[in-house]
Amino acid sequence: MYKTFNEIKAALEKGRSVQDILQSYLENIKERKDLNAFLEVFENSAKEQAIAVDEKIKNGTAGRLAGMVIGIKDNLCYKGHKVSAASKILEGFESIYTSTVVERLIAEDAIIIGRLNCDEFAMGASNENSAYGPVRNALNEDYVPGGSSGGTASAVAAQLCTVALGSDTGGSIRQPASFTGTIGLKPTYGRVSRYGLIAYASSFDQIGPIANNVEDIALVTEIIAGGDEFDGTASSKEVPSLTPTPLKQKMKIAYIKETLDTDGVDPEIKERIEQLVNCLRADGHELIPVSFAYIEQMVPTYYVLTTAEASSNLSRFDGVHFGYRSNEAKGVEETYIKSRTEGFGDEVKRRIMAGTFVLSQGYYDAYYTKAQKVRRLIQDRTNEILAQNDFILLPTTPSTAFELNSVKDPIQMYLQDIYTVQANLAGNPAISLPIGKHSNGLPFGLQLIGKHFGEKELLDTSAYLMDFC
Amino acid sequence: MVSEEVKATYEAVIGLEVHAQMLTKTKAYSSDANEYGARPNTNISAITLGHPGTLPKMNKKTIEYAIKLGLALNCEIAENQHFDRKNYYYPDLPKGYQITQDKTPICANGFIDLKMEDGTVKHVGITRIHMEEDTGKSIHDVDVYDSLVDLNRAGTPLLEIVTEPDMRSGDEAYVYLTEIRQLVRYLEICDGNMEEGNLRCDANVSVRKKGSKEFGRRVEVKNMNSMRNVQRAINFEIDRHIEAIENGEEIAQETRSFDAVNLRTISMRTKEDANDYRFFPEPDLQPLHVSQDQIDAIRAEMPVLPKALFEKYTKELKLSEYDANNIISTKPFAEYFEELIKYTKNYKSASNWMNGEVRSYLNQRGATIEEFPIQPGKLAELIELIDNGLVSNSVAGQKLFPVLLEQPNESPKKIAEELNLIQDSDEDSISAVIKEVIKQHPAEAERYKNGEKQLVGFFMGQVMKASGGKADPKSANKLMRQLLEEN
Repeated sequence: MYKTFNEIKAALEKGRSVQDILQSYLENIKERKDLNAFLEVFENSAKEQAIAVDEKIKNGTAGRLAGMVIGIKDNLCYKGHKVSAASKILEGFESIYTSTVVERLIAEDAIIIGRLNCDEFAMGASNENSAYGPVRNALNEDYVPGGSSGGTASAVAAQLCTVALGSDTGGSIRQPASFTGTIGLKPTYGRVSRYGLIAYASSFDQIGPIANNVEDIALVTEIIAGGDEFDGTASSKEVPSLTPTPLKQKMKIAYIKETLDTDGVDPEIKERIEQLVNCLRADGHELIPVSFAYIEQMVPTYYVLTTAEASSNLSRFDGVHFGYRSNEAKGVEETYIKSRTEGFGDEVKRRIMAGTFVLSQGYYDAYYTKAQKVRRLIQDRTNEILAQNDFILLPTTPSTAFELNSVKDPIQMYLQDIYTVQANLAGNPAISLPIGKHSNGLPFGLQLIGKHFGEKELLDTSAYLMDFC
Repeated sequence: MVSEEVKATYEAVIGLEVHAQMLTKTKAYSSDANEYGARPNTNISAITLGHPGTLPKMNKKTIEYAIKLGLALNCEIAENQHFDRKNYYYPDLPKGYQITQDKTPICANGFIDLKMEDGTVKHVGITRIHMEEDTGKSIHDVDVYDSLVDLNRAGTPLLEIVTEPDMRSGDEAYVYLTEIRQLVRYLEICDGNMEEGNLRCDANVSVRKKGSKEFGRRVEVKNMNSMRNVQRAINFEIDRHIEAIENGEEIAQETRSFDAVNLRTISMRTKEDANDYRFFPEPDLQPLHVSQDQIDAIRAEMPVLPKALFEKYTKELKLSEYDANNIISTKPFAEYFEELIKYTKNYKSASNWMNGEVRSYLNQRGATIEEFPIQPGKLAELIELIDNGLVSNSVAGQKLFPVLLEQPNESPKKIAEELNLIQDSDEDSISAVIKEVIKQHPAEAERYKNGEKQLVGFFMGQVMKASGGKADPKSANKLMRQLLEEN
């Protein structure tokens, strides 16, 4: 079992081959098949890669990720491999190109071991919306792993791969990380190219890693980040070395009072955060309580804007050019209706309907335009706090993981995102760190939001907190 | 039928929407080749196909082209703009939306002054110009069972040019399109070929009583694949509207299609079928910022436009409007002329040659000026031979020009000498020829003396024939009259 890349490097030093390491991961995957974390294991291509990387190691030409075994969420394209966004509408669809992130990982000799289950089109907070069955939490199989990157989180927690890529539109990396005791980073919007990520909401989506230590998060982020001619929204800002280094000075951290002074948050989570605040103060850091007036508006704003974008992004799944086409349909109109009706799951349909509604003539201003304005207010307030503080500290989730099939009300499920959507609305980087263990035996995360493109400081502080706590 | 007098009490209100395919090497949002006539579905990458995970990749050339046209049409160029998505389902629209500019067109508030045939100037406002992408092509008449889709055209960059409802007749619309076509060709941003579909036009037509401030019910006409058909379709619509109004019928607000076979319009869809396109800002493309420096740089590189050339030719070179229009008809033709007048100051003659011999040579061969073998310098030498009285205009046209076409690198003067075409202005030798001719035609000489002065033409013909065309017509004419009188 290899929990971190350091362990793999040590094994390689001792003469183990990448093929051996891959084999042990493949065996783990078989053993934990009931997690339903992998939708497909790319056994053949991974083995071919491993042989090639072993050869490179021998020749001294191996890249920085030689020996690392990476799983990718099933919404990332990899040429010649199937990709389905956990939806029936892309059943059997094979990508004809490779996403920028996967290309960059492979260029550094990472092994791509397979595609990981998730909520359909990354829409969900429990990974129960997959057309291919729910993912189970690696720490307790009666519980959900969170979503939408549930397969990603559970696979890392169960050590079915060293690191896995997820995508985070409103918390889809951080919330599952919180539920599975792993670390999950959502980079700054524009830090990582989205080319090859099946879009849910383009102005929110960001690819990021889940791993078992901060070093692995840092290394993978450093490699996948940076400008890309195929993504006009990706920043060409230089990517610094992200390897965590010790803090040079005491920090100033804001924590949002409203996230703690509420019945909505589990008392043990609240208590842990308060304890941490006191510890940090005692260590000489400044911890500043701030107020954030828009907490209640965040989830509605998020859902108006993301569903609007999703309703358009998902138009291409029409049964005409690729993916699932209804056998029943006659004529083009019926092909659209039947293919989409049969191909999409309930949650996806719900969001397409909502998004279509908020963009409709006569409703656009009341919903879409208004939500854009509120988004701007949330951005401004977040930046204002971060102009005076290094980070914002808040819970990742209001509770620990819940049992499978226990949350039935969509609104209740949407409220899972209450503390995570802020970073997506404002575009800031945010990380979930496993700093708590609940009396119910499940882990929970603490969230740190950093300044735009402040991944380096965010990761340095994360490493510090992981040791400190 | 409505009488012409009744018709004259109405006026039409016409606005045009022109789509011009940009002549960029690659598509608007991908590196796929932008070319006409390739085998179906060959210029298609994952981006053009709208595959999951793909994103638009901005072709910056399109911005430059849009600004060029905006400047040529006296528009304001927007400093800040963004792209929008227009959402609708159609098999030739693989993403399910078209990337366009809805709220923030790159150019706005421009105008064009049309020169009408009767010499009047028609001012047409340009509401806006925006960038967008073309769809693929749906083909319904090739396969018996299925409709086919060719996505080569999908993602081709387009400029949509929208006018104010300023035009009043099909003729004005025709002139507008002629000038827009000429402009995009001068700017080299579009082929301007309506038959091939790289320039397309939709017309919004309504009719109202003259003097009325309110607009009549508006109809949109599509599928007119030539400028003449735009003119015809509009004129048909105007008559149809007037007749309906006169008969007390209501005009439906609808989209109509031009039937080029029967030269009429037919209903396509009514307003009730109208789509809600759910426009919203395209989140996959950064908002666009155009700086004043960028605009200035493009302005500095703008070619001379036909309007400026027309002014120069009519005012400075004193050419007729007709001649000037012919010269500026296409950019390469005007460029040849510009080159030619570097070598000769006889502008009138240069223009006559261009619009005469040169054009008929090109027309006969269906060739363009780029394929014309004679360099401007050589043609100027030929003009100079005429100006210096060394060859007559007709000899130059009929004998020298054809040989020069065969030997374009030869000096015209040398050819004229070799072919013995240098004209004779020596009075003695011309007199001898004339005397001989008079001797041979005594009857005609007698009639001339009796007052049939028009017979001078007959004698001139005989003299030119006898001299092999070399006699200088001016001297010959003078001597002829003298000798006939003296005879």
